[in-house]
Amino acid sequence: MANPIPLRTADDATSDAIVEVREICKRYGDIEALRGINLDFERGKLTTLLGPSGCGKTTLLKIIAGLVPATSGQIRINGRVVTGPGPERAFVFQDFALMPWATVLRNVAFGLELKGVSQAERHRIARHYINEVGLSGFEEKYPHELSGGMRQRVGIARAFSVNADVLLLDEPFSAVDEQNRRKFQEDLLRLVDKERKTFLFVTHSIEEAVYVSDRIVLLSPRPGRVSQIIEPAIDRSAAPDVIRRDKGYLDVVEEIWQGLRQYAE
Amino acid sequence: MHMTASPHKVSATGGAGSGSSSIVETLTEFARRRKSFWVVVSLAILFTAWEIAGRVPISFAFPTFLETLSALIEMALDGTLLPAYLITFQPLILGVAVSAVLGIGLGIVMGLSDKAEWLLAPVFIVLQAAPMAALVPLVTFVYGIGLVAKTLAVIMLALPVIVLNSYKAVRHVNPSLVDMCRSFQGTRLQQIFKIIIPDATPVLFAGLRLGIAAGFIGVMLAELLITPTGIGDLITYHRSVANYAHMYAAVASIIAVSTLTLAALQYVELRFLRPEKRRK
Repeated sequence: MANPIPLRTADDATSDAIVEVREICKRYGDIEALRGINLDFERGKLTTLLGPSGCGKTTLLKIIAGLVPATSGQIRINGRVVTGPGPERAFVFQDFALMPWATVLRNVAFGLELKGVSQAERHRIARHYINEVGLSGFEEKYPHELSGGMRQRVGIARAFSVNADVLLLDEPFSAVDEQNRRKFQEDLLRLVDKERKTFLFVTHSIEEAVYVSDRIVLLSPRPGRVSQIIEPAIDRSAAPDVIRRDKGYLDVVEEIWQGLRQYAE
Repeated sequence: MHMTASPHKVSATGGAGSGSSSIVETLTEFARRRKSFWVVVSLAILFTAWEIAGRVPISFAFPTFLETLSALIEMALDGTLLPAYLITFQPLILGVAVSAVLGIGLGIVMGLSDKAEWLLAPVFIVLQAAPMAALVPLVTFVYGIGLVAKTLAVIMLALPVIVLNSYKAVRHVNPSLVDMCRSFQGTRLQQIFKIIIPDATPVLFAGLRLGIAAGFIGVMLAELLITPTGIGDLITYHRSVANYAHMYAAVASIIAVSTLTLAALQYVELRFLRPEKRRK
């Protein structure tokens, strides 16, 4: 009678990891990009991969996405080993990867178009997410008519439209200017809260990582290894400007900087 | 009220001098709005220079622009120009059509597959580098002097440039877009038809324009080197009887037709295949 409780906890511990990374190694010829990476990513959480350039964070994200093959090791999604892209994952690209010849509406609906969803249905879903990312009224615009920040909102709406469990974001705000970046981070947190999905986020900005993440994985370079895992315990119900002045927030930023400064030139 | 009339109104009711300044204003306004104004200016300068050079004269065999123009109108009206074009267009259209279909097809296959690239790229690189005019007489040995030989001459000039540009177009497709298609589980066919070909379209069309220009060279070579027919015959005949204005009129007309064809192709591309360019 007393048994089920510890048993269920044990069960939860394994099933809670939606993405499992096991002994992932990646070599490009003589260069060792990643060595023996083991990580679990919890369902419903936003985990950031943070590290200096050359630490293999984008490579690791693309291996998880199935876009780049690992030299050795395993990726499991929902407990199943995967070797390529799948419907349970959606990717947001650093350079947006929007089709310049297609409207915002078609770009957002493209993931559904590839799956053969009817036009009426995919446009309905796309319009919903275009609205969610704050781009209503821009459905018929082309990417070159939008600012960098708006283009990345299109990329995020496209990733949401396919209703994947895991969203993989590769430095999504690196091509967006600072003011829009902050607004964007706030919007992202709202979407994380609303959509209840698992987010894997790559960035090289310490402040961004601390501000948006439930968990931060620090990678060290040459070869890329996991050097530290930090869980910033920040109350996200507070207003954005309160969070950014919070002592806990600033302490975590400082802690990460101390860990990373040895890699700075 | 009348004392505060606008300067515009004053100039409109003023003398002849202010009347001509409003014409200048209208022209300036027109030039600002329409790029075609500058095309007209550019052509006017070219034709004036031609007219002056013809009147100097730089050679007894070099007619003035106006003589050439009147010869062109004469040939258009007496019914020699149109039949000549109907003959010239046959190998040209056939050759360009074959080169476009075959060239874009082969180029795309070479762009998609390394094996096809190794097999075909060296052949077309050599063909593009080779002086094709030297090979045209060889074609007559094998295929005689008919339509087949002339069509082949067009293909020999147009095909390599279309193939190599199509191949380059596919190789330079944005890899991030291909990754995007893969990440949303697009099939290989979806990748080719929904991403690679649309993204390659601008360069495919650049190749097609170069190919058509080369096709015009091919058909003129064929009509001058194989047997004089069509426009080539008009040029050869009028040269032989020292009718230089008519000879130049034939040459100028084929240049004009070639230019208009390329402009039309560009219009078709921008109008129908590049919706994002339409609003510019």
